[in-house]
Amino acid sequence: MLKEAEIRTFIEGATNYFEVSAQQSATVGSPYLVTDGNPGAYEYTGVIGISGARKGIVYFTAPRGMLTVLLMRMQETDTSDENIKDLVGEVANTISGNARRDFGKNFVISVPVVIAHDVDKVTAPHDRSYVIPINWRTHSAKLVVCLE
Amino acid sequence: MADGESKPTLRLMIVDDSNIIRRRIERSQQIERLEVVGAASNGREAVELFRRTRPDVVTMDLTMPEMDGVECVQELVAIDPDVLILVVSALADKATAVDAIEKGANGFLCKPFTDRQLNDALEELLSET
Repeated sequence: MLKEAEIRTFIEGATNYFEVSAQQSATVGSPYLVTDGNPGAYEYTGVIGISGARKGIVYFTAPRGMLTVLLMRMQETDTSDENIKDLVGEVANTISGNARRDFGKNFVISVPVVIAHDVDKVTAPHDRSYVIPINWRTHSAKLVVCLE
Repeated sequence: MADGESKPTLRLMIVDDSNIIRRRIERSQQIERLEVVGAASNGREAVELFRRTRPDVVTMDLTMPEMDGVECVQELVAIDPDVLILVVSALADKATAVDAIEKGANGFLCKPFTDRQLNDALEELLSET
């Protein structure tokens, strides 16, 4: 179960990522709770396993179009599938790592696992997940936080 | 002669499991004073590359497969106590930054970063030379 302040940590992490890396703000929709264990995914997903004081996963999922433009905003000209997968993992890693500012050192994050082109493989370990909708330019993505 | 022109070129090794981050660091403006001698995607690979190339400066991610960055910092400093290490990591808690500095890193840059922040961090690191 996440507290409101904890959800805010992830919202700030997501908006800060776009503000700094893309030099362009993203807007965040109202976070909502999914209780059926299926928070959903786009074409590319970067999953971070969480262990230590909290257990579960955090994932960032986005369509190729958003990730391609994000790469270009970062002056990266190579928009190959490999780099798109690299980016989606790095976004998930950065937002999760930044959360340690509030959660502390015992919020232990794994290296990213990237799932591409197979949305059915993206699953949550528990029934309850919080979904934070992210809108940037014309694109939509999600940050999913599923912690015990 | 301007101050910057008289300073020698330094050899840089970039350590990060993200290709995008490695390429961003390579593109840094500050790179004019730095010659990239190698890049590694995990700590173990970094130690091997360090022994072969003996860089003066290292940028170091912390969360990586095989061997994490803090352990890698310790190993590199044991090989060459004079190496300059800038940790570039998303881990934003103070305890991690302090731990990395205590293990021998010289600076800490939190991801995400702008090109300006990266340049400033590298410039500050190089001012120690």
